[in-house]
Amino acid sequence: MITFMNNSDSEDEPCNERTSLMSAESPPVPSYQDGLQASETREAQTHRKRQTGSSRSPNNVADEDASDSDVRVRESALENEEEELTLKYGAKHVIMLFVPVTLCMIVVVATIKSVRFYTEKNGQLIYTPFSEDTPSVGQRLLNSVLNTIIMISVIVVMTVFLVVLYKYRCYKFIHGWLILSSFMLLFLFTYIYLGEVLKTYNVAMDYPTVILIIWNFGAVGMIRIHWKGPLQLQQAYLIMISALMVLVFIKYLPEWSAWVILGAISIYDLIAVLCPKGPLRMLVETAQERNQPIFPALIYSSAMIWTVGMAKPDTAAKGQSQQAWDAEDERENHSSTSHSDSQILDTRSPAPSHPITLEEMEEEERGVKLGLGDFIFYSVLVGKAAATPSGDWNTTLACFVAILIGLCLTLLLLAVFKKALPALPISITFGLIFYFSTDNLVRPFMDTLASHQLYI
Amino acid sequence: MTLAVFFGCTFIAFGPAFSLFLFTIARDPLRIIILIAGSVWGWGPWATSGHRAFFWLVSLLLSSLIWFIAVKASDPHDEPLQKGLLIFGVMFSVLLQEAFRFLYYKLLRKAIEGLVALSEDGCSPISIQQMAYVAGVGFGLMSGAFSMINLLADALGPGTVGIHGDSQLYFLTSAFMTMVLIFLHTFWGILFFHGCENRRWWEIVAVVVMHLAVSGSTFCNPLYVGSLVPSYVLMAIAAVWAYMLSGGSVQNLRRFLLCAQSEASPQPAS
Repeated sequence: MITFMNNSDSEDEPCNERTSLMSAESPPVPSYQDGLQASETREAQTHRKRQTGSSRSPNNVADEDASDSDVRVRESALENEEEELTLKYGAKHVIMLFVPVTLCMIVVVATIKSVRFYTEKNGQLIYTPFSEDTPSVGQRLLNSVLNTIIMISVIVVMTVFLVVLYKYRCYKFIHGWLILSSFMLLFLFTYIYLGEVLKTYNVAMDYPTVILIIWNFGAVGMIRIHWKGPLQLQQAYLIMISALMVLVFIKYLPEWSAWVILGAISIYDLIAVLCPKGPLRMLVETAQERNQPIFPALIYSSAMIWTVGMAKPDTAAKGQSQQAWDAEDERENHSSTSHSDSQILDTRSPAPSHPITLEEMEEEERGVKLGLGDFIFYSVLVGKAAATPSGDWNTTLACFVAILIGLCLTLLLLAVFKKALPALPISITFGLIFYFSTDNLVRPFMDTLASHQLYI
Repeated sequence: MTLAVFFGCTFIAFGPAFSLFLFTIARDPLRIIILIAGSVWGWGPWATSGHRAFFWLVSLLLSSLIWFIAVKASDPHDEPLQKGLLIFGVMFSVLLQEAFRFLYYKLLRKAIEGLVALSEDGCSPISIQQMAYVAGVGFGLMSGAFSMINLLADALGPGTVGIHGDSQLYFLTSAFMTMVLIFLHTFWGILFFHGCENRRWWEIVAVVVMHLAVSGSTFCNPLYVGSLVPSYVLMAIAAVWAYMLSGGSVQNLRRFLLCAQSEASPQPAS
């Protein structure tokens, strides 16, 4: 059974979510669900819709062109069809998430390798007060563990606080908080980033131009994230602010603390999403009870709504009008802050309220969602791998592949279990294993091979 | 070195592979997944998320581990011993790569069964031959990337190639070697999977022997005629063989070259 979440339009959904991947269950209306299932069938079998769907989807690189089949309406064996839908859409969903994650990592790695500002040590955040400049290994390890404990506690406290706020419907407070944080991110951090890039390439730029650029960038970002706009723009902005957050983390987290924090936060993610009393799980369940989409602004979503009219169920459906809508249609898309949480959702956009007949259906493209915290921590891992003093690209590449594999596996599990799942543990585990093993084992081997120009 | 060297070597090494990727793989998400990752889930409809690059990475990791242990356990100043260990490391790595190719074949076989079971018309959306091709490209791309990417990064920086008496053609020959290796991995993938499918063990042995031969020939470097020429010859042989195995023939080739219409002519990568 594929589970859906019936999203209502444009509610205030301000909440920070922990890192998790989820496919939400919702109590469906019977006739609506039948209509949905029938429409899914049609969706699965309509070649053209998929093609147009993928052409509209901003991050869908792969068009399914070869696997078209005839349109047949099936009222029987729906479960089989749904499983096949999972399969057919699964691969597309994976690619829809691969592309933004890859883009974010590319931005981060490109910046790390070229702009030296983000690899210079210039102090630490207050969340990691213990310095790692001690000569003894034991002391350094202890300091990094203490830093991790403090950081994770801060994150836990923030999450619990936000869950409490969400539970007691203090939407305005959260809304204001998120507007403030996205304001800072979009203006201040972008200004710093622009300044450092210009310094690196020794490009002179006068203040009026800078003000113009930053003002436009920030204002459009605020409008898009907190109000309405094209989906691609929102996705682009979410990727950019994730990258900015990642760069801040990479700059201000000390070396060993960063790795320990990455490990600890995957464990925390696992607990928070899977345990019955975990904050994120409570968040997800509360949102499902209220039939609200969860934090559309803090989640990267690639879902879209398609409006298609069909002449007959037996003939190939013709797309008469297609529009790309923001599937969440949020007014409050809040950006994430340093303690942003994340989830992956397998969601469906809501069907309209008009009676669903066989002649006319609203087709909906199911989308996948990934929380911004996931983006951030994936890219922190890859960025840290890129920032290693040895300057080895193999390590970066290996971590990149490892994270993508982890994401793929997580989406596989999502398809199997169909409930909220943490997105961090598998990817971060693979990433950490591959980072340390590539850096210490593969690098000397490959360097020796390269110096003798041997090929394996 | 200049940007010209960087871009030249990048395009020599990866140009054909990326064109193959763009034209045959990029459009199908299933193929992309098979290409990239390498999961170990052998069951369920998602078994297709086995990715060649990951499997290649794991094989590289294991072989590096063995080499690393051997080196640490030996005397670092004993030159012939280190050279011997390196040769051993290379050969072991080749054998391990082929072993992982076999493991990957097993995984994809299970995946196809899963896909067939779930499909409505009883056939999988992707055939084992396509998977073999995509898997080969994945292996090749990953192997090429690992060989080449540090070189390319160095090519952007300052320096002069061969100033201490080494060969001046280092970058160029590395790029050509990488390109031939990527092609070879693609063809070996097709040959290997075909051999496994039809129980023709001599094809599998041929792939392993070819791989050992190519890696062994690189020991002639910097005498490039001893490594590049045999590799390209082997690549041509493997190409023709893979083409024949995939259903190609001289007639198909002639029809393709003359752009003539042909009914039911199978293409190597379909």
